[in-house]
Amino acid sequence: MTEIICSGFGGQGVLTAGLILADAAMEAGKYVTWYPSYGSEMRGGTANCNVKISSEEIASPYCADGEVDILFTLNNAAIDKFEHTLRPGGLLLVNSSLVEPERKYREDVTVVKVPANDIAAEEGNTHGVNLVMLGALAAASADFDAGEMCEAVDYYFYKKKGKKYPANAACFKRGAALAAEQLG
Amino acid sequence: MAKVLMKGNEAFAEAAIRAGCRFFSGYPITPQTEILEYMSWRMAEVGGQFIQTESEIAGVNMLFGAASCGARALTTSAGPGFSLKQEGISYLCGNDIPAVIADVMRIGSGLGDIFQGQGDYWQLTRGGGHGDYRTIVLAPASVQENADLAYMAFDLAEKYRHPVIVGSDAAIGQMVEPVELPEMREHDIDKYDWVIRGRKKGEARREIANVYYSIGADAYMTYLRDKYAKIEAEEQRWESVRTEDAEIVLVAYGISSRVAKEAVKLARREGIKLGLIRPITLWPYPKKAFDALGEQVKAFLVVEMSILGQMVDDVILATGNRRPVESYGEFANVPDSRVILERVREMLKKY
Repeated sequence: MTEIICSGFGGQGVLTAGLILADAAMEAGKYVTWYPSYGSEMRGGTANCNVKISSEEIASPYCADGEVDILFTLNNAAIDKFEHTLRPGGLLLVNSSLVEPERKYREDVTVVKVPANDIAAEEGNTHGVNLVMLGALAAASADFDAGEMCEAVDYYFYKKKGKKYPANAACFKRGAALAAEQLG
Repeated sequence: MAKVLMKGNEAFAEAAIRAGCRFFSGYPITPQTEILEYMSWRMAEVGGQFIQTESEIAGVNMLFGAASCGARALTTSAGPGFSLKQEGISYLCGNDIPAVIADVMRIGSGLGDIFQGQGDYWQLTRGGGHGDYRTIVLAPASVQENADLAYMAFDLAEKYRHPVIVGSDAAIGQMVEPVELPEMREHDIDKYDWVIRGRKKGEARREIANVYYSIGADAYMTYLRDKYAKIEAEEQRWESVRTEDAEIVLVAYGISSRVAKEAVKLARREGIKLGLIRPITLWPYPKKAFDALGEQVKAFLVVEMSILGQMVDDVILATGNRRPVESYGEFANVPDSRVILERVREMLKKY
């Protein structure tokens, strides 16, 4: 079982990032659940989704506190809210474009810092912030293969829009390369 | 057909469309609103009618009218909105009208809150309105089952000329899972002779009326007992998991049953003989599943998102109160498989 929480500002594409992970899992024949945060959320507030992927049936769609394998964050608030949910040895993805460099993190987790906003802007695809981070996720986690996930991103948008977007793959690959470089 | 990712509520709505549902009347309320939202554009695509009514009461009464004319009709709600529909549901039962209603359960009495709950069990299974009635109640435990049961609900409703309620909850309605959607079917609104429609010159007047008015009190008593007995005999549905040698049997439906199933798996790894009965019909209650259990069963643990333990009543009735029945109830949070295991270990010491 892989448990993932994706969180950021509403509009940054964290729910879509979660759906892409879910779609890739479905296409690979796995069990998967995706669960959105809902309730009295504000415009501009924190959005999040819980994704669970498994080769067996999944019980609750909610990630358990302290058992999250991967925390995918795109802003400070997301780290504040969910850092404690990571299991020891878990993976924390940080959008360093929006988080101060001196911020301290838990010492028992792996932190990968990716300037996702800057990279997306350089690629001329400012909507691709989530895809930069998804590339970093796929490269940094042993549960995913970056090459396969990049194809899954293309396939996800192909199913929705009927075409592929080279700028998406470009964002994804930059994130993947940077994460691989950081983790050596 | 390939699987697609869909929210439970959307899969429910699409499956209803594919079952031939061409009439929706209802009012938005969390966590049900995606059904209404989906129907607002999808009904137009298939040439059906979508009406966002001024209230839940109007929603259920428009459904009454549409279904009386033979349409496959749907209304959906949650919590306080579902309570408002009870009068209409009583009328559907009094008049033998097939229709489908969904209650995407949320927590609490009064306004309560928008999170998942299973506290409408008594209201769903006892008949929340006035008079001598119950409805068929289906309880999906996944997005796939939410679609499958929506599809089946219309057939069941027409088979017995009786309303069918699908009782899901916020977790099942809001979660996204892969789903394989059923085939598209068209429904002929003139398929049944009992429906009302325009009268040609010389034709007898067609009417929908309370069945008791048309056949009288004595015949009505026999008619009603026979109808309910037939549904009880033929429509019990459930899933049994590892009950063949189980010493403790969990009983859970909907979202809680998924966690209960996980608990069975964990318990079996430790050598604990734990089983699960998952009712798919909440009424008729699957008594046959309990009748089939062996003498080795020591006790039952009912797992549900209800503080008072509502389904406990039905387990006691189904087992003749011959064995202890305990309750593990949660409020707002989905039950925890680790808590289930703790309770089961305690029960094995006790019984």
